[in-house]
Amino acid sequence: MPEPPVRPSRIRKWLRKNGTGLLFISPWLVGFFCFTIGPFFSSVYLSFNSYDLVHRPVWVGAANYATLLHDDPMFWQSLWVTVKYAVVSVPVGIVVGVALAILLNTKVKGQTLFRTIFYLPSIVPAVANAVVFSWILNPEIGLINGILRSLGLEGPAWLNDPKWALWSLMLMGLWGVGGSMVIYLAGLQDIPIHLYEAATLDGASAYQRLRKVTLPLLTPVIFFNLVMGIIGSFQYFTEAFIMTNGGPEGSTSFYALYLFQRAWQYLDMGYACAMAWIVFVITMVITGIVFQSQKRWVHFGH
Amino acid sequence: MTRLQRVCVYIALIFLSIPALLPMTWMVSTSLKTDKQVFATEGKAAPTVSLRSLIPSPLQLKNYPDAMSTVPFRTYLRNTVFLCVVNVFGVVLSSAIVAYGFARCTFVGKPLLFIAMISTMAVPPQVTMVPVFALFRALGWYGTYLPLIVPSFFGAPFFIFLMTQFFRTLPDDMAEAARLDGSSEWGIFLRVVLPLSRPALATCAIFQFMGTWNDFLGPLLYLNNPNSYTVAYGLQQFMSKNGGQWTMLMAGATVFTLPMIVLFFFAQKTFIQGIATTGVKG
Repeated sequence: MPEPPVRPSRIRKWLRKNGTGLLFISPWLVGFFCFTIGPFFSSVYLSFNSYDLVHRPVWVGAANYATLLHDDPMFWQSLWVTVKYAVVSVPVGIVVGVALAILLNTKVKGQTLFRTIFYLPSIVPAVANAVVFSWILNPEIGLINGILRSLGLEGPAWLNDPKWALWSLMLMGLWGVGGSMVIYLAGLQDIPIHLYEAATLDGASAYQRLRKVTLPLLTPVIFFNLVMGIIGSFQYFTEAFIMTNGGPEGSTSFYALYLFQRAWQYLDMGYACAMAWIVFVITMVITGIVFQSQKRWVHFGH
Repeated sequence: MTRLQRVCVYIALIFLSIPALLPMTWMVSTSLKTDKQVFATEGKAAPTVSLRSLIPSPLQLKNYPDAMSTVPFRTYLRNTVFLCVVNVFGVVLSSAIVAYGFARCTFVGKPLLFIAMISTMAVPPQVTMVPVFALFRALGWYGTYLPLIVPSFFGAPFFIFLMTQFFRTLPDDMAEAARLDGSSEWGIFLRVVLPLSRPALATCAIFQFMGTWNDFLGPLLYLNNPNSYTVAYGLQQFMSKNGGQWTMLMAGATVFTLPMIVLFFFAQKTFIQGIATTGVKG
Protein backbone atom coordinates (compact mmCIF):
# COMPACT_ATOMS: atom_id res chain seq x y z
CA MET A 1 0.00 0.00 0.00
CA PRO A 2 1.48 3.36 -0.96
CA GLU A 3 2.24 5.66 1.93
CA PRO A 4 0.53 9.05 1.83
CA PRO A 5 3.13 11.50 0.57
CA VAL A 6 4.67 13.61 3.27
CA ARG A 7 6.60 16.68 2.35
CA PRO A 8 10.21 16.21 3.42
CA SER A 9 10.34 19.69 4.89
CA ARG A 10 7.67 18.75 7.43
CA ILE A 11 9.66 15.74 8.58
CA ARG A 12 12.72 17.89 8.80
CA LYS A 13 10.84 20.47 10.82
CA TRP A 14 9.49 17.82 13.19
CA LEU A 15 12.95 16.35 13.57
CA ARG A 16 14.49 19.72 14.27
CA LYS A 17 11.95 20.30 17.00
CA ASN A 18 11.99 16.84 18.60
CA GLY A 19 15.03 15.02 17.26
CA THR A 20 17.68 16.19 19.72
CA GLY A 21 15.56 15.53 22.78
CA LEU A 22 14.43 12.14 21.58
CA LEU A 23 18.00 11.24 20.73
CA PHE A 24 19.08 12.15 24.26
CA ILE A 25 16.40 10.01 25.89
CA SER A 26 16.77 7.19 23.36
CA PRO A 27 18.90 4.96 25.64
CA TRP A 28 16.13 4.92 28.21
CA LEU A 29 13.42 4.62 25.56
CA VAL A 30 15.03 1.49 24.09
CA GLY A 31 15.57 -0.01 27.54
CA PHE A 32 12.04 0.89 28.54
CA PHE A 33 10.61 -1.16 25.67
CA CYS A 34 13.08 -4.07 25.87
CA PHE A 35 13.44 -4.50 29.63
CA THR A 36 10.26 -3.02 31.09
CA ILE A 37 7.20 -2.65 28.88
CA GLY A 38 7.90 -5.69 26.70
CA PRO A 39 8.57 -8.02 29.65
CA PHE A 40 5.71 -6.38 31.56
CA PHE A 41 3.16 -7.50 28.98
CA SER A 42 4.76 -10.84 28.19
CA SER A 43 4.59 -11.51 31.92
CA VAL A 44 0.81 -11.02 31.77
CA TYR A 45 0.67 -13.43 28.85
CA LEU A 46 2.93 -15.98 30.53
CA SER A 47 0.83 -15.94 33.68
CA PHE A 48 -1.92 -17.62 31.62
CA ASN A 49 0.50 -20.26 30.37
CA SER A 50 2.33 -23.28 31.57
CA TYR A 51 5.94 -22.42 30.82
CA ASP A 52 9.19 -24.11 31.81
CA LEU A 53 11.70 -21.96 29.83
CA VAL A 54 12.70 -24.93 27.66
CA HIS A 55 9.46 -25.74 25.85
CA ARG A 56 7.07 -23.31 24.23
CA PRO A 57 4.50 -21.78 26.58
CA VAL A 58 1.20 -23.70 26.65
CA TRP A 59 -2.00 -21.72 27.17
CA VAL A 60 -3.83 -22.86 30.31
CA GLY A 61 -6.24 -19.98 30.81
CA ALA A 62 -6.70 -18.88 34.39
CA ALA A 63 -5.47 -22.21 35.76
CA ASN A 64 -2.40 -20.70 37.44
CA TYR A 65 -4.52 -18.14 39.26
CA ALA A 66 -7.10 -20.77 40.22
CA THR A 67 -4.40 -23.03 41.67
CA LEU A 68 -2.85 -20.13 43.52
CA LEU A 69 -6.06 -19.10 45.17
CA HIS A 70 -7.62 -22.48 45.86
CA ASP A 71 -5.04 -25.29 45.89
CA ASP A 72 -1.77 -23.85 47.07
CA PRO A 73 -1.43 -23.52 50.84
CA MET A 74 2.21 -22.47 50.35
CA PHE A 75 1.04 -19.38 48.44
CA TRP A 76 -1.15 -18.29 51.34
CA GLN A 77 1.59 -19.21 53.78
CA SER A 78 4.11 -17.00 51.94
CA LEU A 79 1.62 -14.15 51.78
CA TRP A 80 0.94 -14.49 55.49
CA VAL A 81 4.65 -14.59 56.38
CA THR A 82 5.27 -11.47 54.32
CA VAL A 83 2.33 -9.60 55.83
CA LYS A 84 3.41 -10.56 59.36
CA TYR A 85 6.92 -9.34 58.61
CA ALA A 86 5.66 -6.06 57.16
CA VAL A 87 3.16 -5.42 59.95
CA VAL A 88 5.84 -5.83 62.63
CA SER A 89 9.08 -4.68 61.07
CA VAL A 90 7.89 -1.60 59.17
CA PRO A 91 6.32 0.22 62.15
CA VAL A 92 9.09 -0.91 64.53
CA GLY A 93 11.69 0.26 62.02
CA ILE A 94 9.98 3.65 61.77
CA VAL A 95 9.74 4.08 65.55
CA VAL A 96 13.36 3.08 66.13
CA GLY A 97 14.61 5.15 63.20
CA VAL A 98 12.71 8.27 64.31
CA ALA A 99 13.77 7.80 67.93
CA LEU A 100 17.43 7.50 66.99
CA ALA A 101 17.17 10.53 64.71
CA ILE A 102 15.57 12.60 67.50
CA LEU A 103 18.31 11.55 69.92
CA LEU A 104 20.97 12.47 67.38
CA ASN A 105 19.32 15.78 66.61
CA THR A 106 19.78 17.04 70.18
CA LYS A 107 23.03 18.73 69.10
CA VAL A 108 25.17 16.78 71.51
CA LYS A 109 28.90 16.72 70.95
CA GLY A 110 30.02 13.85 68.75
CA GLN A 111 26.82 13.88 66.73
CA THR A 112 28.74 12.95 63.58
CA LEU A 113 30.44 10.04 65.34
CA PHE A 114 27.15 8.63 66.65
CA ARG A 115 25.48 9.14 63.31
CA THR A 116 28.27 7.10 61.72
CA ILE A 117 27.96 4.38 64.37
CA PHE A 118 24.22 3.96 63.79
CA TYR A 119 24.50 4.30 60.04
CA LEU A 120 27.37 1.86 59.42
CA PRO A 121 25.46 -1.39 60.08
CA SER A 122 23.05 -0.49 57.29
CA ILE A 123 25.78 -0.47 54.63
CA VAL A 124 26.91 -4.01 55.43
CA PRO A 125 26.01 -5.99 52.29
CA ALA A 126 22.93 -8.20 52.67
CA VAL A 127 24.91 -11.37 52.00
CA ALA A 128 27.55 -10.50 54.61
CA ASN A 129 24.79 -9.62 57.06
CA ALA A 130 23.10 -12.95 56.43
CA VAL A 131 26.34 -14.85 57.02
CA VAL A 132 27.23 -12.88 60.15
CA PHE A 133 23.77 -13.21 61.68
CA SER A 134 23.64 -16.93 60.94
CA TRP A 135 26.70 -17.14 63.16
CA ILE A 136 25.48 -14.70 65.83
CA LEU A 137 22.14 -16.52 66.07
CA ASN A 138 23.74 -19.95 66.31
CA PRO A 139 21.73 -21.53 69.15
CA GLU A 140 24.62 -23.28 70.81
CA ILE A 141 27.76 -21.17 70.50
CA GLY A 142 26.31 -18.01 68.96
CA LEU A 143 26.85 -14.58 70.44
CA ILE A 144 23.26 -13.72 71.36
CA ASN A 145 22.50 -16.90 73.24
CA GLY A 146 25.91 -16.62 74.91
CA ILE A 147 25.01 -13.15 76.17
CA LEU A 148 21.57 -14.32 77.27
CA ARG A 149 23.14 -17.20 79.22
CA SER A 150 25.51 -14.79 80.92
CA LEU A 151 22.38 -13.00 82.08
CA GLY A 152 20.93 -16.27 83.28
CA LEU A 153 18.46 -16.70 80.40
CA GLU A 154 18.21 -19.54 77.92
CA GLY A 155 17.68 -18.18 74.42
CA PRO A 156 15.58 -19.89 71.76
CA ALA A 157 17.01 -21.80 68.80
CA TRP A 158 16.33 -18.69 66.66
CA LEU A 159 16.59 -19.64 62.98
CA ASN A 160 16.10 -23.35 63.73
CA ASP A 161 12.85 -22.85 65.59
CA PRO A 162 9.69 -22.36 63.50
CA LYS A 163 8.28 -20.15 66.24
CA TRP A 164 11.34 -17.88 66.30
CA ALA A 165 12.80 -17.86 62.79
CA LEU A 166 10.67 -14.99 61.48
CA TRP A 167 11.29 -13.00 64.67
CA SER A 168 15.00 -13.53 64.16
CA LEU A 169 14.81 -11.93 60.72
CA MET A 170 12.72 -9.05 62.09
CA LEU A 171 15.28 -8.53 64.84
CA MET A 172 18.10 -8.59 62.30
CA GLY A 173 16.26 -5.96 60.24
CA LEU A 174 16.76 -3.47 63.07
CA TRP A 175 20.43 -3.24 62.16
CA GLY A 176 19.41 -1.81 58.80
CA VAL A 177 17.47 1.05 60.35
CA GLY A 178 20.39 3.47 59.92
CA GLY A 179 19.50 4.15 56.31
CA SER A 180 16.08 5.56 57.15
CA MET A 181 17.43 7.21 60.31
CA VAL A 182 19.62 9.43 58.13
CA ILE A 183 16.54 10.43 56.13
CA TYR A 184 14.63 11.30 59.32
CA LEU A 185 17.61 13.24 60.59
CA ALA A 186 17.70 15.31 57.41
CA GLY A 187 13.95 15.88 57.81
CA LEU A 188 14.46 17.03 61.41
CA GLN A 189 17.20 19.42 60.41
CA ASP A 190 14.85 20.97 57.88
CA ILE A 191 12.40 21.98 60.62
CA PRO A 192 12.83 25.72 61.17
CA ILE A 193 14.15 26.55 64.62
CA HIS A 194 11.67 29.40 65.07
CA LEU A 195 8.81 26.91 65.31
CA TYR A 196 10.41 25.43 68.42
CA GLU A 197 11.12 28.87 69.83
CA ALA A 198 7.53 29.90 69.29
CA ALA A 199 6.28 26.69 70.91
CA THR A 200 8.59 27.19 73.89
CA LEU A 201 7.42 30.80 74.30
CA ASP A 202 3.86 29.51 74.34
CA GLY A 203 4.88 27.26 77.21
CA ALA A 204 4.97 23.94 75.37
CA SER A 205 6.78 21.15 77.19
CA ALA A 206 9.40 19.01 75.45
CA TYR A 207 6.80 16.30 74.97
CA GLN A 208 4.30 18.74 73.48
CA ARG A 209 6.95 20.11 71.12
CA LEU A 210 7.68 16.56 69.98
CA ARG A 211 4.00 15.75 69.60
CA LYS A 212 2.86 19.00 67.97
CA VAL A 213 5.90 20.24 66.05
CA THR A 214 8.47 17.53 65.37
CA LEU A 215 6.30 14.54 64.51
CA PRO A 216 3.77 16.35 62.28
CA LEU A 217 6.57 17.96 60.28
CA LEU A 218 8.28 14.60 59.94
CA THR A 219 5.21 12.87 58.51
CA PRO A 220 6.19 13.30 54.82
CA VAL A 221 9.43 11.42 55.46
CA ILE A 222 7.67 8.82 57.61
CA PHE A 223 5.13 8.41 54.83
CA PHE A 224 7.89 7.85 52.29
CA ASN A 225 9.52 5.21 54.48
CA LEU A 226 6.20 3.52 55.17
CA VAL A 227 5.53 3.09 51.46
CA MET A 228 9.07 1.91 50.75
CA GLY A 229 8.96 -0.46 53.74
CA ILE A 230 5.76 -2.14 52.58
CA ILE A 231 7.06 -2.50 49.02
CA GLY A 232 10.37 -3.76 50.41
CA SER A 233 8.67 -6.51 52.43
CA PHE A 234 7.33 -8.02 49.23
CA GLN A 235 10.85 -7.96 47.76
CA TYR A 236 12.50 -9.47 50.85
CA PHE A 237 14.63 -12.25 49.44
CA THR A 238 18.38 -12.41 49.97
CA GLU A 239 18.50 -12.88 53.74
CA ALA A 240 15.68 -15.43 53.75
CA PHE A 241 17.22 -17.34 50.86
CA ILE A 242 20.62 -17.56 52.54
CA MET A 243 19.70 -17.99 56.19
CA THR A 244 16.64 -20.23 56.17
CA ASN A 245 15.59 -20.86 52.58
CA GLY A 246 12.02 -20.56 53.81
CA GLY A 247 12.33 -22.99 56.70
CA PRO A 248 11.90 -24.29 59.27
CA GLU A 249 8.44 -25.58 58.37
CA GLY A 250 7.84 -22.72 55.96
CA SER A 251 7.93 -20.19 58.78
CA THR A 252 10.16 -17.81 56.76
CA SER A 253 8.77 -18.61 53.33
CA PHE A 254 8.62 -15.01 52.13
CA TYR A 255 6.60 -14.17 49.06
CA ALA A 256 9.60 -13.25 46.89
CA LEU A 257 11.40 -16.38 48.03
CA TYR A 258 8.49 -18.70 47.24
CA LEU A 259 8.12 -17.01 43.86
CA PHE A 260 11.80 -17.62 43.17
CA GLN A 261 11.50 -21.26 44.18
CA ARG A 262 8.46 -21.81 41.94
CA ALA A 263 10.31 -20.23 39.03
CA TRP A 264 13.82 -21.58 39.34
CA GLN A 265 13.52 -24.73 41.40
CA TYR A 266 10.26 -26.08 39.91
CA LEU A 267 10.68 -24.22 36.56
CA ASP A 268 7.08 -23.16 36.94
CA MET A 269 7.56 -19.85 35.15
CA GLY A 270 3.92 -19.23 34.27
CA TYR A 271 2.95 -19.77 37.89
CA ALA A 272 5.72 -17.41 39.02
CA CYS A 273 4.45 -14.74 36.64
CA ALA A 274 0.95 -15.11 38.06
CA MET A 275 2.43 -14.70 41.55
CA ALA A 276 4.35 -11.63 40.39
CA TRP A 277 1.15 -10.12 39.05
CA ILE A 278 -0.64 -10.70 42.29
CA VAL A 279 2.15 -8.98 44.20
CA PHE A 280 2.04 -6.13 41.72
CA VAL A 281 -1.67 -5.67 42.34
CA ILE A 282 -1.28 -6.02 46.11
CA THR A 283 1.53 -3.45 46.15
CA MET A 284 -0.51 -1.05 44.04
CA VAL A 285 -3.56 -1.43 46.27
CA ILE A 286 -1.64 -0.98 49.52
CA THR A 287 0.29 1.98 48.13
CA GLY A 288 -2.99 3.43 46.93
CA ILE A 289 -4.57 3.06 50.37
CA VAL A 290 -1.55 4.60 52.07
CA PHE A 291 -1.59 7.47 49.58
CA GLN A 292 -5.31 7.98 50.20
CA SER A 293 -4.75 8.01 53.95
CA GLN A 294 -1.96 10.57 53.72
CA LYS A 295 -4.45 13.42 53.45
CA ARG A 296 -5.43 12.73 57.02
CA TRP A 297 -2.03 12.47 58.61
CA VAL A 298 0.72 13.81 56.35
CA HIS A 299 1.54 17.50 56.66
CA PHE A 300 3.29 18.86 53.59
CA GLY A 301 5.00 22.20 53.70
CA HIS A 302 5.91 24.19 56.78
CA MET B 1 18.34 21.52 77.17
CA THR B 2 19.28 21.02 80.78
CA ARG B 3 22.50 19.35 81.80
CA LEU B 4 20.64 16.34 83.13
CA GLN B 5 18.84 15.85 79.82
CA ARG B 6 22.13 16.11 77.97
CA VAL B 7 23.67 13.43 80.15
CA CYS B 8 20.64 11.20 79.61
CA VAL B 9 20.95 11.58 75.83
CA TYR B 10 24.62 10.67 76.04
CA ILE B 11 23.93 7.60 78.11
CA ALA B 12 21.22 6.50 75.68
CA LEU B 13 23.46 7.04 72.66
CA ILE B 14 26.38 5.15 74.16
CA PHE B 15 24.12 2.38 75.39
CA LEU B 16 22.60 1.99 71.89
CA SER B 17 25.99 2.13 70.17
CA ILE B 18 26.93 -1.19 71.73
CA PRO B 19 24.31 -3.35 69.94
CA ALA B 20 24.75 -1.24 66.78
CA LEU B 21 28.41 -2.13 66.49
CA LEU B 22 28.30 -5.60 68.02
CA PRO B 23 27.62 -7.70 64.88
CA MET B 24 30.46 -6.07 62.94
CA THR B 25 32.79 -6.32 65.91
CA TRP B 26 31.91 -9.96 66.39
CA MET B 27 32.48 -10.61 62.68
CA VAL B 28 35.98 -9.13 62.76
CA SER B 29 36.81 -10.71 66.10
CA THR B 30 35.73 -14.19 64.96
CA SER B 31 37.72 -13.78 61.76
CA LEU B 32 40.87 -13.37 63.85
CA LYS B 33 40.28 -16.29 66.20
CA THR B 34 41.47 -19.86 66.06
CA ASP B 35 38.90 -22.59 65.53
CA LYS B 36 39.96 -23.86 68.94
CA GLN B 37 38.82 -20.67 70.64
CA VAL B 38 35.62 -20.39 68.62
CA PHE B 39 34.53 -23.95 69.28
CA ALA B 40 35.97 -24.18 72.80
CA THR B 41 32.57 -24.10 74.41
CA GLU B 42 30.88 -26.45 71.97
CA GLY B 43 29.27 -29.37 73.74
CA LYS B 44 29.54 -27.71 77.12
CA ALA B 45 26.38 -27.39 79.14
CA ALA B 46 25.94 -23.62 78.98
CA PRO B 47 28.49 -21.71 76.93
CA THR B 48 28.39 -18.09 78.00
CA VAL B 49 30.00 -15.01 76.52
CA SER B 50 32.18 -12.66 78.50
CA LEU B 51 34.00 -9.54 77.42
CA ARG B 52 37.13 -11.65 77.13
CA SER B 53 35.61 -13.76 74.36
CA LEU B 54 35.54 -10.64 72.17
CA ILE B 55 39.31 -10.64 72.07
CA PRO B 56 40.97 -13.23 69.85
CA SER B 57 43.60 -15.12 71.82
CA PRO B 58 45.77 -16.14 70.20
CA LEU B 59 45.23 -13.69 67.40
CA GLN B 60 45.65 -15.32 64.03
CA LEU B 61 45.51 -13.83 60.56
CA LYS B 62 45.62 -17.25 58.91
CA ASN B 63 41.84 -17.36 58.36
CA TYR B 64 42.15 -14.72 55.66
CA PRO B 65 44.60 -16.56 53.37
CA ASP B 66 42.80 -19.81 54.24
CA ALA B 67 39.45 -18.44 53.16
CA MET B 68 41.01 -17.02 50.01
CA SER B 69 42.50 -20.35 49.01
CA THR B 70 39.50 -22.53 49.93
CA VAL B 71 37.47 -20.70 47.32
CA PRO B 72 38.85 -18.55 44.47
CA PHE B 73 38.15 -15.41 46.46
CA ARG B 74 40.59 -13.25 44.53
CA THR B 75 38.78 -14.15 41.31
CA TYR B 76 35.46 -13.24 42.93
CA LEU B 77 36.89 -9.88 43.96
CA ARG B 78 38.26 -9.21 40.50
CA ASN B 79 34.91 -10.15 38.91
CA THR B 80 32.97 -7.94 41.30
CA VAL B 81 35.25 -4.94 40.78
CA PHE B 82 34.98 -5.41 37.03
CA LEU B 83 31.17 -5.51 37.17
CA CYS B 84 31.07 -2.49 39.47
CA VAL B 85 33.32 -0.37 37.25
CA VAL B 86 31.45 -1.22 34.06
CA ASN B 87 28.03 -0.75 35.65
CA VAL B 88 28.94 2.57 37.28
CA PHE B 89 30.34 3.86 34.00
CA GLY B 90 27.35 2.63 32.01
CA VAL B 91 24.62 3.76 34.31
CA VAL B 92 26.04 7.18 35.15
CA LEU B 93 26.78 8.03 31.53
CA SER B 94 23.47 6.78 30.11
CA SER B 95 21.37 8.21 32.94
CA ALA B 96 23.05 11.61 32.57
CA ILE B 97 22.40 11.64 28.82
CA VAL B 98 18.74 10.75 29.30
CA ALA B 99 18.35 13.22 32.17
CA TYR B 100 19.75 15.98 29.97
CA GLY B 101 17.04 15.21 27.42
CA PHE B 102 14.33 15.40 30.07
CA ALA B 103 15.72 18.47 31.81
CA ARG B 104 16.85 20.68 28.94
CA CYS B 105 15.34 19.61 25.62
CA THR B 106 11.82 19.83 24.28
CA PHE B 107 10.18 16.99 22.44
CA VAL B 108 6.77 15.56 21.84
CA GLY B 109 5.19 13.73 24.78
CA LYS B 110 7.88 14.71 27.30
CA PRO B 111 5.68 15.03 30.43
CA LEU B 112 3.99 11.71 29.69
CA LEU B 113 7.28 9.91 29.07
CA PHE B 114 8.71 11.36 32.27
CA ILE B 115 5.76 10.05 34.25
CA ALA B 116 6.11 6.67 32.53
CA MET B 117 9.74 6.58 33.59
CA ILE B 118 8.92 7.41 37.21
CA SER B 119 6.16 4.79 37.27
CA THR B 120 8.51 2.00 36.22
CA MET B 121 10.19 2.39 39.60
CA ALA B 122 6.99 1.10 41.20
CA VAL B 123 6.97 -2.11 39.16
CA PRO B 124 8.24 -4.94 41.36
CA PRO B 125 11.27 -6.57 39.71
CA GLN B 126 9.58 -9.98 39.98
CA VAL B 127 7.02 -8.91 37.38
CA THR B 128 9.62 -8.56 34.65
CA MET B 129 12.10 -11.12 36.01
CA VAL B 130 10.90 -14.18 34.09
CA PRO B 131 10.47 -12.59 30.63
CA VAL B 132 13.77 -10.74 30.96
CA PHE B 133 15.47 -13.99 31.89
CA ALA B 134 13.85 -15.74 28.92
CA LEU B 135 15.02 -12.90 26.67
CA PHE B 136 18.64 -13.07 27.83
CA ARG B 137 18.58 -16.85 27.58
CA ALA B 138 17.26 -16.68 24.02
CA LEU B 139 20.08 -14.26 23.17
CA GLY B 140 22.56 -16.83 24.46
CA TRP B 141 23.66 -14.55 27.29
CA TYR B 142 22.99 -17.00 30.13
CA GLY B 143 26.22 -17.74 31.96
CA THR B 144 27.88 -14.53 30.74
CA TYR B 145 28.18 -11.11 32.35
CA LEU B 146 26.05 -9.48 29.67
CA PRO B 147 22.73 -9.73 31.58
CA LEU B 148 24.44 -8.07 34.55
CA ILE B 149 26.01 -5.30 32.44
CA VAL B 150 23.95 -4.43 29.40
CA PRO B 151 20.81 -3.13 31.20
CA SER B 152 22.88 -0.51 33.01
CA PHE B 153 23.66 1.18 29.68
CA PHE B 154 19.99 2.04 29.21
CA GLY B 155 19.83 4.32 32.22
CA ALA B 156 18.27 3.70 35.61
CA PRO B 157 14.96 5.55 36.27
CA PHE B 158 15.94 6.51 39.79
CA PHE B 159 19.23 8.09 38.69
CA ILE B 160 17.60 9.71 35.67
CA PHE B 161 15.08 11.27 38.03
CA LEU B 162 17.78 12.53 40.43
CA MET B 163 19.90 13.99 37.66
CA THR B 164 16.93 15.56 35.87
CA GLN B 165 16.10 17.40 39.09
CA PHE B 166 19.72 18.44 39.42
CA PHE B 167 20.15 19.62 35.82
CA ARG B 168 17.03 21.74 36.16
CA THR B 169 18.63 23.70 38.98
CA LEU B 170 21.67 24.66 36.87
CA PRO B 171 21.63 28.26 35.61
CA ASP B 172 20.97 28.53 31.91
CA ASP B 173 23.29 31.41 31.01
CA MET B 174 26.44 29.31 30.51
CA ALA B 175 24.58 26.93 28.22
CA GLU B 176 23.13 29.91 26.37
CA ALA B 177 26.58 31.41 25.90
CA ALA B 178 27.88 28.11 24.54
CA ARG B 179 24.88 27.89 22.21
CA LEU B 180 25.63 31.34 20.83
CA ASP B 181 29.20 30.21 20.22
CA GLY B 182 27.75 27.52 17.98
CA SER B 183 28.01 24.61 20.37
CA SER B 184 25.66 21.69 19.79
CA GLU B 185 23.41 20.32 22.55
CA TRP B 186 25.80 17.39 22.88
CA GLY B 187 28.69 19.81 23.28
CA ILE B 188 26.81 21.74 25.96
CA PHE B 189 26.02 18.49 27.75
CA LEU B 190 29.65 17.36 27.70
CA ARG B 191 31.44 20.63 28.34
CA VAL B 192 29.01 22.72 30.38
CA VAL B 193 26.47 20.54 32.20
CA LEU B 194 28.55 17.47 33.08
CA PRO B 195 31.42 19.39 34.73
CA LEU B 196 28.89 21.31 36.84
CA SER B 197 27.15 18.12 37.92
CA ARG B 198 29.91 16.27 39.73
CA PRO B 199 28.00 16.00 43.04
CA ALA B 200 24.97 14.42 41.37
CA LEU B 201 27.13 12.11 39.28
CA ALA B 202 29.09 11.09 42.36
CA THR B 203 25.92 10.27 44.30
CA CYS B 204 24.66 8.05 41.50
CA ALA B 205 28.07 6.42 41.06
CA ILE B 206 28.22 5.53 44.75
CA PHE B 207 24.70 4.11 44.81
CA GLN B 208 25.35 2.03 41.73
CA PHE B 209 28.68 0.81 43.06
CA MET B 210 26.99 -0.36 46.25
CA GLY B 211 24.12 -1.87 44.33
CA THR B 212 26.37 -3.93 42.09
CA TRP B 213 28.71 -4.88 44.92
CA ASN B 214 25.79 -6.14 47.03
CA ASP B 215 23.72 -7.64 44.22
CA PHE B 216 22.92 -11.25 44.94
CA LEU B 217 19.89 -12.10 42.81
CA GLY B 218 21.52 -11.10 39.50
CA PRO B 219 24.57 -13.37 39.83
CA LEU B 220 22.36 -16.10 41.32
CA LEU B 221 20.14 -16.06 38.23
CA TYR B 222 22.72 -15.64 35.51
CA LEU B 223 26.10 -17.03 36.55
CA ASN B 224 26.75 -20.76 36.36
CA ASN B 225 30.54 -21.01 36.30
CA PRO B 226 32.26 -20.74 39.71
CA ASN B 227 35.09 -18.78 38.11
CA SER B 228 32.68 -16.03 37.14
CA TYR B 229 31.03 -15.65 40.57
CA THR B 230 30.95 -12.35 42.39
CA VAL B 231 31.92 -12.06 46.05
CA ALA B 232 28.26 -11.90 47.13
CA TYR B 233 27.38 -15.10 45.33
CA GLY B 234 30.69 -16.80 46.13
CA LEU B 235 30.33 -16.09 49.83
CA GLN B 236 26.83 -17.57 49.88
CA GLN B 237 28.09 -20.65 48.01
CA PHE B 238 30.97 -20.93 50.45
CA MET B 239 28.56 -20.86 53.36
CA SER B 240 26.19 -23.42 51.89
CA LYS B 241 29.09 -25.80 51.19
CA ASN B 242 31.26 -25.15 54.24
CA GLY B 243 28.65 -24.22 56.81
CA GLY B 244 30.02 -23.99 60.30
CA GLN B 245 33.53 -22.88 59.29
CA TRP B 246 32.83 -19.63 61.02
CA THR B 247 36.37 -18.26 61.27
CA MET B 248 36.88 -18.45 57.51
CA LEU B 249 33.34 -17.30 56.76
CA MET B 250 33.79 -14.24 58.95
CA ALA B 251 37.11 -13.50 57.21
CA GLY B 252 35.29 -13.65 53.87
CA ALA B 253 32.43 -11.48 55.16
CA THR B 254 34.95 -8.94 56.50
CA VAL B 255 36.78 -8.70 53.18
CA PHE B 256 33.40 -8.33 51.47
CA THR B 257 32.18 -5.60 53.84
CA LEU B 258 35.39 -3.59 54.17
CA PRO B 259 35.23 -1.80 50.79
CA MET B 260 31.74 -0.51 51.65
CA ILE B 261 33.02 0.90 54.94
CA VAL B 262 36.06 2.45 53.27
CA LEU B 263 33.84 3.92 50.56
CA PHE B 264 31.60 5.36 53.23
CA PHE B 265 34.44 7.08 55.05
CA PHE B 266 35.87 8.52 51.85
CA ALA B 267 32.56 9.79 50.55
CA GLN B 268 30.68 10.37 53.78
CA LYS B 269 29.22 13.70 52.73
CA THR B 270 28.02 12.50 49.34
CA PHE B 271 26.57 9.44 51.03
CA ILE B 272 24.58 11.19 53.71
CA GLN B 273 23.44 14.04 51.49
CA GLY B 274 22.55 11.67 48.68
CA ILE B 275 20.46 9.48 50.94
CA ALA B 276 18.87 12.41 52.68
CA THR B 277 17.85 14.19 49.47
CA THR B 278 16.57 11.01 47.84
CA GLY B 279 14.47 10.32 50.88
CA VAL B 280 13.02 13.76 51.24
CA LYS B 281 12.40 14.48 47.61
CA GLY B 282 11.82 10.90 46.49
